[in-house]
Amino acid sequence: MIERPADYEHQHERWRMAASAAPRRSGPGSGATDRTISDIPLKELYGPEDVAHVDLARDLAFPGEYPYTRGIHPTMYRGRLWTMRQFAGFGNAKQTNKRYHYLLAQGQMGLSVAFDMPTLMGFDSDAPQALGEVGKCGVAIDSLADMEQLFEGIDMGSITTSMTINGPACIALAQYVAAAERKGIPRRKLGGTIQADILKEYIAQKEWIFPPRPHVRIIVDMMKFCTEQMPKWNTISISGYHIREAGSTAVQELAFTLADGFAYVEAAMKAGMDVDSFAPRLSFFFNSHIDFFEEICKFRAARRIYARRMRERYGAKDPRSWQLRFHTQTAGCSATAQQPLNNVVRVAYEAMAAVLGGTQSLHTNSMDEVLALPSERAVEIALRTQQVLAYETNATNVVDPLGGSYFVEALTDEIEKQAEEYFRRIEEYGGVIEAIEAGFFQREIADASYRYQRSLETKDRIIVGVNAFEREGSEKDIELLRIEPHVEAEQARRVKEVRAARDAAKVEAALAGLKRACADESINVMPPLIDAVNALATEGEIVEAMVSVYGRYTETPQY
Amino acid sequence: MADRKRPLRIIVAKAGLDGHDRGAKVIARALRDAGMEVIYTGLFQTPEQIVNTAIQEDADGIGLSILSGAHMTLFPLVVEELKAKGAGDIVFFGGGTIPPDDAAELKRLGVREIFTPGAPLSDIIAFIERECGKRRELVG
Repeated sequence: MIERPADYEHQHERWRMAASAAPRRSGPGSGATDRTISDIPLKELYGPEDVAHVDLARDLAFPGEYPYTRGIHPTMYRGRLWTMRQFAGFGNAKQTNKRYHYLLAQGQMGLSVAFDMPTLMGFDSDAPQALGEVGKCGVAIDSLADMEQLFEGIDMGSITTSMTINGPACIALAQYVAAAERKGIPRRKLGGTIQADILKEYIAQKEWIFPPRPHVRIIVDMMKFCTEQMPKWNTISISGYHIREAGSTAVQELAFTLADGFAYVEAAMKAGMDVDSFAPRLSFFFNSHIDFFEEICKFRAARRIYARRMRERYGAKDPRSWQLRFHTQTAGCSATAQQPLNNVVRVAYEAMAAVLGGTQSLHTNSMDEVLALPSERAVEIALRTQQVLAYETNATNVVDPLGGSYFVEALTDEIEKQAEEYFRRIEEYGGVIEAIEAGFFQREIADASYRYQRSLETKDRIIVGVNAFEREGSEKDIELLRIEPHVEAEQARRVKEVRAARDAAKVEAALAGLKRACADESINVMPPLIDAVNALATEGEIVEAMVSVYGRYTETPQY
Repeated sequence: MADRKRPLRIIVAKAGLDGHDRGAKVIARALRDAGMEVIYTGLFQTPEQIVNTAIQEDADGIGLSILSGAHMTLFPLVVEELKAKGAGDIVFFGGGTIPPDDAAELKRLGVREIFTPGAPLSDIIAFIERECGKRRELVG
């Protein structure tokens, strides 16, 4: 990439001699300087010899051009900044609606719904399983009545909404459509994303309901439904975030997530869909961890691998089908309960890595999330972190500013190579579902997370405030948000009231229709789901109806 | 009388709807590497199931991991269940995203120790060896 002088080899040798004689630091944190946080070996210096094999046209090209290593848009952030999208939800729909109005007033560009555990697992707020969990790590949504309240006073036709829900994603989508249509906004106008990535639930996040095969069928139904009726909706957000949070390496996050993505592509194609009819609206969701360069290279490698596969293996012809678009969230697992204010700094670096890696949207974690749901003050600082990055640092004004760096290109290649090796191993199992059933991903992640924990124990790696530079009592440095205990009782009462006030015969008929669709692959589940939601069937009732056809999944833990 | 030389036996448990099992699995493996017998319950256990497992397995201790925010509900239920079944001597400890004030309250209610993210594995192992060792002295 840069012309080498005639005596380059001589100069290189001179540096090698000098470097080998130079001292290396010892003590805490010095045991892991020769590898990334994911154990990819690092040289001390990278040079032209490390990128000699890189073909500018084949491997990098221009931004906005295949294989998109340098970004999916020709001008990236000069054209349009990423979407600042803070994930939020707590307590009941009324409380969360107030937070949404606050975030929109502060300059946030889109909404992102965090649901509570019972909602994510398909239980109503008054179910015994929901005890103690209602409104705790997100908002409780039991029925259409809650979904309508969540978006009260918000123009669902002009904002975009991201909903992080997987097992019951089809129900949440049905509720969102029904809520909008009751306000007179047709479904074709709704823009947003629903996560609906069930494969990573079995791999990492564990919020499943049914076994993998029927779950994937439901996702294909959602893809068909959105392709036909919701042209502005992204049907699935294939997520590595949770895989990383569960303790995977960067390469595992990348490889397992892309493998999941390819599995959905194959399932949809097998169901008769044309790849270019749905692929432009697939999107991805990655973690941005604290190893700065590794993360940037992971994002660049992701785009390249995806583009190549989509074009070469799946025969996609529309360039939009080749473009990997992704949302990023800073790493919750890199945050510390000790000296929580330090998390602001971590988040800033992680956010910058996401932007240098070319993300389309970003959530910056709040400093207090390792201790509780974020307070309003912490949320504001997190959003301001993105605004400082966008408007003050000038990191946004040149496309792919690290492209051509010997190190960045070499590491991008190495990550791609290691990911391809994982694809090969997954194929040996017969595919993603088979590898899940064999516990392959779960074991790989458990091994990686244990190795990482060990490196902290030995102080090969240092986390400031945790295994070095500690200060007693630092967890109390900030004020935390508390969810009032009465929220659970109120929400449980609310769902009982909804059940009492509706037309029971209508609910029964709607649920019977839904069960018929579940049992018959030729009937799309989405229309009967929307009917059930409109009849005010609760989430728990809908899930029970579906479980009566599909059964529930149980796993054999790997550790 | 039980053999005092047999390895400590610890139940590592996940309760409620919380799927965050990274910490629980790391702890399970670290305790095993430290020579203990570990039984990991898997996800979504009720307090009753956890206590029953501990009694059936003749466990010395129970470590419960909660990261969903339901700790103030689920930890006390395990304490009550242990008392109700006459198993209050089993060393009950836990961990997760638990704010300091809540941790203090849980300890007041009978949870022996709360470890938050960042707690060194060596501290957790030392705690279990010390407390479960004392229990063996008393209970045999």
